[in-house]
Amino acid sequence: MKNHVLRPLWIVLAAIAVFMVVRHFIVPADFGVEEGGNFTYNYHRLSANDDWKNFKVKYRGREYCQECHEENVESILQSPHAIIQCENCHGPAIDHPDNPEALAIDTSRGQCLRCHTYLPYPTSQRSEIPGFEDPEDHNPDENCVDCHNPHNPDLENM
Amino acid sequence: MSVEQVVAQGAEHIAVHGMDWTTKELFTYPNEFIYWSIQIVMYPYMTGLVAGAFVLSSLYHVFGQKDLKTIARFSLVFSLALLPVAMMPLLLHLQQPLRNMNVMLTPHFTSAIAAFGIVFSTYAAIVLTEIWFVYRVFFVDQVNALKGKEGTRDRFMYYLYLVLTLGAFDTGDAAVAKDKKAVTIMAGIGIPVACFLHGYAGFIFGSVKANALWMSPLIPVIFIMSAIVSGIALCMLTYIIIMEWKKWSAIIAKGKGDETVQLIAGAELDVITKTSRYLLGFMVAAITLELLDLIFRGYTAMKSWDILRSVMYGKDFVNIFVLQYGLGNLVPFLMLLIPGTTIRRVFFATILVLFGVFMMRWNVVIGGQAFSLSFAGYMHYHLPIIPHNLETYKEGLFGALTVIATPFVLFWIINKVTPSLEYKFNNE
Amino acid sequence: MSCSRRDLLKNTFKTTLAATLPLSAFKMLSPAEVKAYTGDSSIRWVFLVDTRKCVGCGLCVKACKNENEIPWDPPISRTWVERYVLMRNGRAHIDSPMAGRDGFTDSKIRENEIPPDQISKGFFVPKLCNQCEKPTCVQVCPVGATYQTQDGIVLVDRTWCIGCGYCIMACPYGMRFFHPVYKVAEKCTFCYHRIKKGMKTACVQNCPFGARRIGNMKNPNDPVTKLIMNERVAVLKDEYGTKPQVYYIGLDTNVR
Repeated sequence: MKNHVLRPLWIVLAAIAVFMVVRHFIVPADFGVEEGGNFTYNYHRLSANDDWKNFKVKYRGREYCQECHEENVESILQSPHAIIQCENCHGPAIDHPDNPEALAIDTSRGQCLRCHTYLPYPTSQRSEIPGFEDPEDHNPDENCVDCHNPHNPDLENM
Repeated sequence: MSVEQVVAQGAEHIAVHGMDWTTKELFTYPNEFIYWSIQIVMYPYMTGLVAGAFVLSSLYHVFGQKDLKTIARFSLVFSLALLPVAMMPLLLHLQQPLRNMNVMLTPHFTSAIAAFGIVFSTYAAIVLTEIWFVYRVFFVDQVNALKGKEGTRDRFMYYLYLVLTLGAFDTGDAAVAKDKKAVTIMAGIGIPVACFLHGYAGFIFGSVKANALWMSPLIPVIFIMSAIVSGIALCMLTYIIIMEWKKWSAIIAKGKGDETVQLIAGAELDVITKTSRYLLGFMVAAITLELLDLIFRGYTAMKSWDILRSVMYGKDFVNIFVLQYGLGNLVPFLMLLIPGTTIRRVFFATILVLFGVFMMRWNVVIGGQAFSLSFAGYMHYHLPIIPHNLETYKEGLFGALTVIATPFVLFWIINKVTPSLEYKFNNE
Repeated sequence: MSCSRRDLLKNTFKTTLAATLPLSAFKMLSPAEVKAYTGDSSIRWVFLVDTRKCVGCGLCVKACKNENEIPWDPPISRTWVERYVLMRNGRAHIDSPMAGRDGFTDSKIRENEIPPDQISKGFFVPKLCNQCEKPTCVQVCPVGATYQTQDGIVLVDRTWCIGCGYCIMACPYGMRFFHPVYKVAEKCTFCYHRIKKGMKTACVQNCPFGARRIGNMKNPNDPVTKLIMNERVAVLKDEYGTKPQVYYIGLDTNVR
């Protein structure tokens, strides 16, 4: 009976041992630090990198659109809207035409007013873009694209 | 999940954490909300109570403060009842509560929170060990008394005590002396661990360099001091309630003039008077440090001071100066200082102290999020009262009340196994 | 003799490699395992924002939300655009309604009319994760669920994050938030899935004005690197010592 004082200690040690075994099975095998990394900033499940690499790309860029819609791309490249990417209005391509089959085109006034509301900011290029001081003055119930061709927005060509 | 699905879900189905209880004023960054809400107020508050209760019991076991003998055993068992509750607010706060074990599985030690699992477990082991040594002889006595008794309850208690003895039945003088020595050692180790447990809770806040209010090396020390204050106050309060209850049961059973009633009342006042001296001492330390922090911020007046001042002296003035410093510190301080202590006065003073420490936690946690990281706007926290989903229950008034109620339920249960108020020990 | 020396060298190399992995990682990874996951250390992604070019159209925010599956309606976003309108009397009006998702289509700021003749400066500042060299958000993660890749991007492991919010609190830039669907910490990844495939980030690709650019700081011939090296650039909140890696041209003292 002389060693009864140490009994709580044995229990604690046993608990730690059980925990370490459980831990071994639960923690992902690739949890650690990459070569050249350090514990402070690089301690993680190494395959988490792959999770993010495999994330689905949605915006494919103008070059992808051009593969099929050469004419439309050509037309907008001739216009002042050449700087705008197709997908900004036509929506992200993802795997179009497989998924989605057709894209939902943003034809709202809001889409045009993002740039074409005049804002009087002297040190910003925003004030140099042609725009309305109050868009409500100009056919407020109609979409801009009903009259203006976004691929050829020049007012003389209307 | 595809884009369309996420987009189509719309705002009404999607609860953004924090949006339910945050309102914004002037310019704040889009992603800023009160992410740390009532449960993070409760968390340092509850850990503080645990640490404080343990330190109170250790004052007797380690430093031989004989005047604390009666309350020491009670506060030790009470700190065990409080222990699981220190963890509860965190579980209620986590967005992924089922993954809570990750903190133990892959601790990232550069984070103050990562220490939680390990410090907390160490501390739990120390408290349990100390209680085992204090009660071991009692367990053996119970096993002997219950041996051979019939009845489900007696059988159950017999086996429970049998397990609790861990097979150590020796109650000879030498063994008991060893127990006593072990208690002193465990209590001695326990004090730094208890302070560490709470000090690092302060470190969690004090080390957040992004937060102008939290970022201060004084915060951990302030947290320890106020933790001890609140722990002592809670032990005194609970002790008063229990003793009053016993006094009144004695009055009902034996009449007001009975000797036992006088005995209980006398002992109660004696214990409370002595304990309140320690409470006053720690209060002075806590308030001094808090005021130092405040004065220092004002005097150095760093970039963040403009917005901090507008929060402290403007929006949160009532919370900080009226409720915390006034009602929670100054008033109970005077109440305890006035000579001729009465139980009733101490009772209300300890309630005010507990409230004051709670307000301090509130003003640190919520106050630290009352202003935008841009220093150009404010956020206001609206405590959800009536829950309308799990989130507003967990991080609302009722979640906090659940946390507050749990230690008393636990104490009631634990006290059935290890009575901390009645049993006379021969080994102390 | 030479054979045993080679063995000795090989073993020494192995042991050294094993020893350099911190003990705290608990698990020793074999050199092959380590190599398989090692990121490309010849890359350090950096970002360059030219605030003079930004017109506040918000197409970057729109693209980011769609690309990265961030719910459309809540005000949270991985990137946003702030508007600064500074008055002649020194007052500053700052806003970012819905993170700038729908652009800035009103001259009013929080319902207040701003008299145009009183404006001294007005401009837009796009914000995104600074992918700090010393990310404090990573330092404080208790479980190793957020980390910095070898090419400098801070990512969140959605399967391991416990949702404590410490990283959100620790970021001086307010970049992080809880993803409403996955209920874990969420942040800008510089579109890691795109840049790893040689594409630009969604916000860079969809910015019509070239206000946003991404580059590799370790490639001295990269046009972005050249600009950062040769132009006068600034970073946000360098006083926190996190060494942010999003550089700005045309930053103003009022920018927060």
